[in-house]
Order: sequence, then structure tokens, then C-alpha cells
Amino acid sequence: MPAEPLDAVEVKRHTLDVRIAHWIVALCFILLGLSGLALFYPPFFFLTALFGGGETARLLHPWLGIVLVAGYLWLFVRFVSASVPAPEDMTWMLRLGDAMSGREENLPEIGKFNPGQKLYFWGMAILILVLLASGIIIWNAYFATATSIPTQRIGLLVHSIAAILAILGFIVHVHMVTWEPGTLRAMVRGSVTGGWGWKHHRKWLRGVVAGKRAKPGTSAPAE
Amino acid sequence: MGAARTMTVVRSSATSSANAAVSFRDEVVKLIDVSKCIGCKACQAACIEWNDTVQPIGYFTGSYQNPPDLTPHMFTLMRFNEWVNPKSGELEWLIRKDGCMHCAEPGCLAACPAPGAIVQYENGIVDFVQENCIGCGYCVKGCPFDIPRISAMPAKAYKCTLCSDRVAVGDGPACAKACPTEAIVFGTKQEMLHHAAGRLIDLKSRGFAEAGLYNPGGVKGTHVMYVLPHADQPELYSNLPANPRISPWVKIWKGAATKYASLAAMAAFIVGAVVHHVASGPNQVSDKDEEEARKLIEGRR
Repeated sequence: MPAEPLDAVEVKRHTLDVRIAHWIVALCFILLGLSGLALFYPPFFFLTALFGGGETARLLHPWLGIVLVAGYLWLFVRFVSASVPAPEDMTWMLRLGDAMSGREENLPEIGKFNPGQKLYFWGMAILILVLLASGIIIWNAYFATATSIPTQRIGLLVHSIAAILAILGFIVHVHMVTWEPGTLRAMVRGSVTGGWGWKHHRKWLRGVVAGKRAKPGTSAPAE
Repeated sequence: MGAARTMTVVRSSATSSANAAVSFRDEVVKLIDVSKCIGCKACQAACIEWNDTVQPIGYFTGSYQNPPDLTPHMFTLMRFNEWVNPKSGELEWLIRKDGCMHCAEPGCLAACPAPGAIVQYENGIVDFVQENCIGCGYCVKGCPFDIPRISAMPAKAYKCTLCSDRVAVGDGPACAKACPTEAIVFGTKQEMLHHAAGRLIDLKSRGFAEAGLYNPGGVKGTHVMYVLPHADQPELYSNLPANPRISPWVKIWKGAATKYASLAAMAAFIVGAVVHHVASGPNQVSDKDEEEARKLIEGRR
């Protein structure tokens, strides 16, 4: 990533709790993906070696899922108000080509999250709910007799498909971070440059600036 | 009986090396003649003896059936059902020795994610290899007969082995050896089909017009077969399924289409991301953006 201008203004974007929750979710997601793929598709079974073998991968997978759910619940509470669809989102979506080509001058000014991010937020929330419910159904150690075997068969298929969809979303999510330099630091240091806010989330930046003026001395990000 | 040289693995769970077009050589069959069974449970005792399992002492549940269900320590179970035959008005005590059917198309093996945890031998025996088992319970979902049971600690799947360790040295299963009425017999598939045909002639001559051999085609046949006096209603025998088959849900979940579509989608997204990055990225913040932001923040706008 190119060096940011030395004189760039720093704007706070994500608080510490959000960043910790995000990275817990991210780590769990990667570990769940690796162990899950190993159990889904035998050519990936070798990935269980990362967890100390098939038995430990099988044992850890559902617990990692529980941790992820807890982390995502935290993110959900902190992000939900900024993820409500806004009037300008439809225009943004209709000009997705501009958005994906970096022609932000053709797009409406966007708040804290753009419609793509909102879609990811809500999509993941739904998929995680589905994965939790189907995961409990197929969690043999504790719920082997909680549901009927025909229900568990459906659970296996639903769990696999939901997981694949989540992985596809995750690929896009990671890709967008590398595609928009200066984004990763929002989740690492918690701040972005003013220019990043101006380019990608101008409405949000205006809100932050207006908030600061209204309450001098405070610098809490609008979340 | 020639079984000793037929313990060659032809199918192995979660491996592509398995022979897809299985042709069994010197197939073995355990034939259970329900009409000859007296419910003595010698087979259960022999099974526990040979496999050296310990089934904890349970509780009386109002039935001769004990334990009430198959467990990780009880690979075979006499299931008792009292049924009033509507035609004769007489009570019939239907007793079925439950356990693995050793399907020619085993659902457990199809569902298993652990390489080599379930194998199918050339003689038709389907066996669990506990050292490769990860205890996930997928075999339970794959099985159309609700047979595998998972132990608590360590979590491993168990079921009837058809005494593969005895068969491998030319002997028959322990249950068949212990059966006092020869309700359980063991031999090559040809011998057993011949024996069953004789039994059916006898049963039919004694008024069991619907007597038949249970060897369901939905799982390409089984290597444990029943002679049933009421073969038209297998469910009478403690819910023996009339048309067992691998569930379509399991087939879709384990099917090549699902696997390859998933892999293709993931690969396409990764390739798409790289192409997008190369073609129209990265989406850089310019100095002008920083300048505009500074103006906004410092209140000059």
C-alpha cells in the first residue's frame, strides 16, 4: 500500500471494542472455514492436521462457532444502526459499476457504511443464524438425540450451503479491503485518513465533523 | 467357506481410490430366519463376549428388549413386538435381531468424512475402523437403518462388524455360532439364498403366504438378510424399513454436483477478486481527497 500523505488528518472510525470483536470473528471464521471444509470435502481432510487431527478439528469446530456468534452479536449491536438502508443506497446500487470502478464522483455521498457493506452485514447475520441453528442440529456430542435423524440430514446440507455462501461473502469482504488502500487501518488502528473518509464515506465524514463542532473536545466516532 | 481370502477392501470412506464399480467376490451373507427365533438373546450375549464390550446394567422398560436400543457397546439387539394378526385374530410375538445390514451401497460410508474410517470388503462386509474415526456422527445420518452408535469418550462410531475378524480367519460370526435354533446362519451368498428359498417353501406350506426374503434393492442388497413370515409388511418387525435407501438429502449433500459447484464458486470468486484488482484497482485516495478533507475538518468549507 502506498504511503499516506504525512499531513493527512486522522479520523477515528472504529472503537477498540469493535476492533477486538471483529478480529475474534475473523479468526474464528478462518478456523471454522478450514475445519469445516476439511469435514465437508475429503480432499481437504488434510487441513484437520492444523487442529491436531480429525478428532480435535471435529471437537473444536462447534465451539469456535459459538465464539464467533458471540463476537458477531457484539458487532451486530454496535453496527446495526449504521447498517439500516438509507435513501441514497438505491442510487448507489444502481450505479454498482461506478462503485466497483472507483468512480465515486458518480455516486451519492455515503454514510458510515455503503450498501455493499450493509448487505454483507445483514447477509452474514442471517447466514450466521442459519449456521448456528443447523450447527446445533448436527452437533453430535450434545444434540445427537435432540432432533430426528431426517432433520439432521437436512441440517447437514443447510449447514454446508450456508457455509459456502458465507465463505463467498468473506472472499469479497477481504478483497474490498485490499482494493481500497487505507481501509485495513480502520480495523487495526481504529482510524482512517480524512481523505479516505472524503472519498469513500463523505456523508459519514461530514457527520463526524459536524458532531465534533457541536460538542467541542469530544472525538467519538458516529457509530 | 473361503472367506479368508476375501477381506480385500474395495471401498473406503472419504477416499477417491475406492473402486466405484464394486463387484463382490465370494460374497458372504448372514441370514436371520425370524420364524425360527425364540428370543433367547444368545446372539446378544455372544456378541458382547466376542467383541469384549461392556453394556452397563440398565433399567426394566416394560419389555424383554434389553437394552432398549442399540448402544456403542451393544452391536446387536433383539427387538420384540407384540402384534395381533387381523386375519387370524391371534397374537404374534415378532422378534427381530437388529444390527448392521452390511448394505452393498452403504450410506454410512458415503457420508463419512474421515478417510478410511469405514471400509467395505470384497466379501460385502462393511466395517468401521475406529482408529480413523473422528466421532462426527455423519454415519448415523447416512445410515438408512439407524444402526451406528457413537461412544461418549473417546467419541467413536460402533456397530456390528459381521465378526470381520472371525470371518477373516475362516470362521462365522459369533451370534450365528451361538444361536441354538439355527435362526442365524452364515455362509456364501449363494448358499444363503438357496437356504432361504427352502425356508420360504416351508413357511408358505404352513400358511405364511406372504413370507419372503428381505434383501432390499434400495441399498443394492444387503449382506444381512431376513426371512420374514410377513415380508409384505416389514415395518411390523420393529420398524424395519420397507424401502431403505440413502436419503436424498445425504445424496445431495455428498453429491459431486454440490462439491464441485462449491469449489467452482469459491475459485471463481477468488479469481474474480484478483481480476477486479488488476483491472480496476486499487481504489486509491488521492492527495486532493486529503486536501478536501482537511478543508472540511478545519472548517473552511
